[in-house]
Amino acid sequence: MDEIKLIQIKEEILTDNDRAARELRRKLTENKTFLVNLMSSPGAGKTTLLLQTAAVMKQTYKTGVIEADIDSMVDAEKIREAGVESVQLRTGGFCHLDSLMVKQGLEALGSDTFDLVFIENVGNLVCPAEFDTGAIKNVMILSVPEGDDKPLKYPLMFSTCDVLIVNKTDMLSLTDFDMDRLRGHISRLNPTMKIFEVSAKTGQGIPQWTEWLKGELSAFLT
Amino acid sequence: MHELPITENILSIVCRHAAAGNVTQVVSITLDIGELSDIEDEWMQHYFDYLSKGTVAEGAKLKIHRIPIVLQCNTCEKTFEIEKSMIGKSTCPNCKASGDFSLLSGRQYHIKEMEAR
Repeated sequence: MDEIKLIQIKEEILTDNDRAARELRRKLTENKTFLVNLMSSPGAGKTTLLLQTAAVMKQTYKTGVIEADIDSMVDAEKIREAGVESVQLRTGGFCHLDSLMVKQGLEALGSDTFDLVFIENVGNLVCPAEFDTGAIKNVMILSVPEGDDKPLKYPLMFSTCDVLIVNKTDMLSLTDFDMDRLRGHISRLNPTMKIFEVSAKTGQGIPQWTEWLKGELSAFLT
Repeated sequence: MHELPITENILSIVCRHAAAGNVTQVVSITLDIGELSDIEDEWMQHYFDYLSKGTVAEGAKLKIHRIPIVLQCNTCEKTFEIEKSMIGKSTCPNCKASGDFSLLSGRQYHIKEMEAR
């Protein structure tokens, strides 16, 4: 029996995805397509918020959506009915999107002519946080009924996103959700995170979020 | 939940190094994984055993080292380690600031080395 030898490897496990994501981000920046990765748990209101946001943004910018869903077309149909161009990626049980899948989605959409593309990632606060999709901005949605302690349970997701949208603020009075406590948790995890409080149902807070997005987009496009 | 794609990447990196090093059998693989990553060691090994069948890495044991979470306080610039369960509710042990921390370590996904014949 040969002797056991120690072989140094010293490689990052996610190198392939990280490299592909960086390359995708470079191309998007060159082509002037602002890619936003939306992440949340199931039922936080991603699709409703996306519909509201896209309705505002498409008045000024050519806007598209890449939908990821484990095995249905429900969300993509809703988006299309609202007059927003979209493609559906069926992840076939995959728990997250990686940059290769996103690249395929962008190609299917014909993203070169788009100013703004949203990815509606798989509803899950764990896996999507680990995989860089190549997006320019990462946005997560937390809904009030989920509770203000979610940053403690899913710290990676809260530490990787640029923006937090707290949705369903119309339900604040029905829960013991404490906005200050949430902001305290975020400040410890991700002090530069931008926070918007919205209700996709009543429309409250949507203008502040879309104005911010327009500002980012116009800086990106010029 | 995402152990499968992670494990696929590990296997492909290991097989590449094994081919380059004229290895006939990989005995163990040492990984450095940040405490923030939601990876179950047991599932990683299960997936690895399944995926590595018929390769030089079949039967190899994954040795998973956890790398602690390190924060830096942006107020006093001191760094400190914390438990995952305390992230989001900790205070700086030096200046007692209750926020504005930067994450320095805890997200690693690194293959360090392997033992092989």
